[in-house]
Amino acid sequence: MKVAEKIQVQDPHCEAPNLRRDHDKGLELLKYLILGILFGIVFVKAEVISWFRIQEMFRLQSFHMYGVIGSAVITGIISIQVIKRFGIKTIHGEAINIPKKEFRKGQVIGGFIFGLGWALTGACPGPLFAQIGSGYSVILVTLVSALAGTWVYGRFSDKFPN
Amino acid sequence: MMEWITQPWPWYVAGPLIGLTVPALLILGNKTFGISSSLRHVCAACVPAGIPFFTYNWKKEIWNLLFVVGILIGGFIATSYLANPNEIIIAESTIADLTALGVTDYGNLLPADIFSWENLFTAKGLLFFVVGGFLVGFGTRYAGGCTSGHAIMGISSLQWQSVVATMFFMIGGFLMTHVLLEPLMKLVGF
Repeated sequence: MKVAEKIQVQDPHCEAPNLRRDHDKGLELLKYLILGILFGIVFVKAEVISWFRIQEMFRLQSFHMYGVIGSAVITGIISIQVIKRFGIKTIHGEAINIPKKEFRKGQVIGGFIFGLGWALTGACPGPLFAQIGSGYSVILVTLVSALAGTWVYGRFSDKFPN
Repeated sequence: MMEWITQPWPWYVAGPLIGLTVPALLILGNKTFGISSSLRHVCAACVPAGIPFFTYNWKKEIWNLLFVVGILIGGFIATSYLANPNEIIIAESTIADLTALGVTDYGNLLPADIFSWENLFTAKGLLFFVVGGFLVGFGTRYAGGCTSGHAIMGISSLQWQSVVATMFFMIGGFLMTHVLLEPLMKLVGF
C-alpha cells in the first residue's frame, strides 16, 4: 500500500502503474513477453491490425471491430467481477489492486486527438508493434512519430488544460 | 486444426482472448493493462531530458516494454507461420468508399498505396506516418491511455472516465474518416 500511495503522489497521470510490492526480476519477467506474444498473434489473426478493419469500423460497414472490442470489454468486466467477488489474489499472494482513474480534460481533448490519429494510421499503439512484427517495416516511422508525440506531450504537459 | 488457425479469427474468438489479458496481467503480477504507457517508458529511458513527466523509475516498468516486444514477436510469428493464405476480405462498401479516395491495393492488411517506404519522403508519408503517428502518441498520452488502457481496462473496471475517453476516441475517428480524410488525401496527391 505504501508503494501505491507513493506512486500516486509522484505520478498522478500514469494510467498503468506498477503496484506490485517487489519487482519482477530476471526470468520472472519472461511471462510478460510470452503474454505479449500470444496477444500479438491474436491481433494479427483477428486482423485487428489492418487499416481496412479500422476504416470499416469508422464507416460502420462491418461489425468485426465492434464485436472484438465489445466482447473483450465484457470478458474484462466479468473477469474483474470474479476477481473481486472471490478475492482472487496474484500468484504471489498479493491482493489485486486496480487504481482509480481521475477525470481530466485530457480524456476529452487527448482522446479526440488520438481518434484523429487512429483513423489515419489505422492503429492504436498495440497494433503498431504487431504491424512492425508482421513485416510492415515502414511503420517504424509511425512508431518514432508516436514516441515524438508522447515526448512533446510530456515536455509541455503543464501548458495544456488538464 | 492448422486450417482453422490460418483462417482469420472471428471476433467472438479474438475479443474474449484480448479481454482475458486483463485478468492475466492482474493475476500474474498486479499489472494494469495499458499499451501506450510503453511509449512513455521509452521516452523516460532514452530522452528524459530532465522533464518531470519522464523522471520516474522506468526500470520498474520493464514488464510493459517486454509485453510490447512480445506483441511485435507475436506479429512476426502469426504472419510467418500462421498467415491466412487468402486475400483479406473487406466490406464491399468500404472498398467502394476507399477506391473513390484513390486506394487501389486490397490484397494485404495494409494498403501498399499508403504504407510503403517509397511514400516516406512524400506528402503521403508525412500525413499517414509522421502526422498520424504523432497524433496517436500525443493524444494517447494526453488522454492517459489508449484503446487498451481506457476502452478495455478502464471500462472493464467500470470507470466512467474511460467511457468518456473512449467516446472521444470514436468522435475523433469518425470526424477524420468522414470529414477530414477526403480533403487531406486529395491534398497529399491521391
